[in-house]
Amino acid sequence: MPFGLLKFGLSKGHPVPRALPAASDLRDSYDVVIIGGGGHGLATAYYLARDWGITNVAVLEKGYVGGGNTGRNTAIIRSNYLTPEGVKFYDESVNLYKDLANDFDMNIMYSERGHFTLAHTDSAIRTMRWRAEVNKHMGIESELVMRDELQRMVPQLNYSEDVRYPILGALYHAPGAIARHDAVAWGYGAGAAQRGATIHQKTEVTGLEITRANGNPRRITGVHTNRGTIKAGKVIQCVAGMSGEVARMAGFKLPIKTIPLQACVSQPLKPFLDAIVVSGSLHVYVSQSSRGELVMGGSTDPYGVYMTRSTLDFKEGLMMHMMELLPFIGEVKLLRQWAGMTDMTPDFAPIMGETPVDNYYIDAGWGTWGFKATPVVGKRNAEMLATGKVPDLIKPFALQRFHDFTLLGEKGAASVGH
Amino acid sequence: MKIMTCPLNGPRNISEFAYGGEVKDLPAPGCDNETWVDYVYLQENLAGVVKEWWYHTPTAFWFIAERDTRTDTILKTYAASEVFKERVDFSAGPKE
Repeated sequence: MPFGLLKFGLSKGHPVPRALPAASDLRDSYDVVIIGGGGHGLATAYYLARDWGITNVAVLEKGYVGGGNTGRNTAIIRSNYLTPEGVKFYDESVNLYKDLANDFDMNIMYSERGHFTLAHTDSAIRTMRWRAEVNKHMGIESELVMRDELQRMVPQLNYSEDVRYPILGALYHAPGAIARHDAVAWGYGAGAAQRGATIHQKTEVTGLEITRANGNPRRITGVHTNRGTIKAGKVIQCVAGMSGEVARMAGFKLPIKTIPLQACVSQPLKPFLDAIVVSGSLHVYVSQSSRGELVMGGSTDPYGVYMTRSTLDFKEGLMMHMMELLPFIGEVKLLRQWAGMTDMTPDFAPIMGETPVDNYYIDAGWGTWGFKATPVVGKRNAEMLATGKVPDLIKPFALQRFHDFTLLGEKGAASVGH
Repeated sequence: MKIMTCPLNGPRNISEFAYGGEVKDLPAPGCDNETWVDYVYLQENLAGVVKEWWYHTPTAFWFIAERDTRTDTILKTYAASEVFKERVDFSAGPKE
């Protein structure tokens, strides 16, 4: 057996072939240019190539693949949202996620854990019941469990009445899962590259070439980058955090505030927590990764900055509530901390589809709910780019909704006060 | 801990303050819907120096702060009266 490892080390199968091809020169023109090489951008390239045979595609990434919010979230996947539009959309995403490891031939460590959203007040119980009913109506496994039953299902939590916010019950979503987020980005990236799409890392978009023939409508014709200018048929922006800045290059404003969301992990512990536990009232969400680390997040920062710094205020606030839920973690040390810049929209729903510029599409406003949507976003973006029609599933998320006063009000979003 | 200087109370912990949005011109009464959309929903959301409303919660005091959102530094804070010197007249009514 020990020789097995040695044999592999010396064999042709090692080193493992690189997932992404080496950097290549930019071509003069592409049918589709995708700005942003995170999960959403790479998934869009993947489905464009796989489902629609469109491979003259460039993904432009300022930094490195998956180095933005794709690798900065807490990797939770669920579909128990509140609005029917949201539930339907995220449900398709969860179903795609289940087959993703097979599609990629790569382990994304998709792990169904059961997702519990705790309620600490009567009004929260009321909202949970509401969410459960909407979810069930849409065919999603989701139910309200009261304290006694919850205590049997998740015995690790502190059910004492002697705390500021005693636990009264929870919304239980059995398909709630976690996955390895880097693997999702790499799987999509590698899959897209194998099928002919090109991924350009360290390629920053510095401007957009937009022509205006006799006034409106304006139309995009090219993209300026730090490596030269390319002609583009269709362009989609899939950047998070910088969405407003990229849209400014295209000449329109977005209803988005860029606000950091911080997260951290503890040192590895023996496995003790199989469930994903979330509390909106306490601004806490926690799950235990397959490495044993507690992955913890809280609420978004109180004000916007374009930075990924961490603050002590955040950790003090988070740990105060974590100690209430899991008092025995008092001696546990933090291992890592980080932040991502999130696009916060006024109604906690994304912005997808057409923009005021012809052939220029947007995929933004992914606040704290972007990772779980990665597959469905890629699939539907690809459909939109290939057919030129906005799919029904993502129509409710149009930028135009702010101009028509038809906002969504997605109160099932995490990490934000409603 | 981050410190912000309140024009009324001097330097205080940032947790005592609440962010209140970008400083924008109030649309005239009776303006069209697009102007309201711009005022209510759309954001400059600039990566750079921004001018914003801030609120000192314990003393219920609104003021204006200039910050650099790329470096999370507060450049200056001043009372709103330095910008809004005249009383805003809301009685004009919708434009005909």
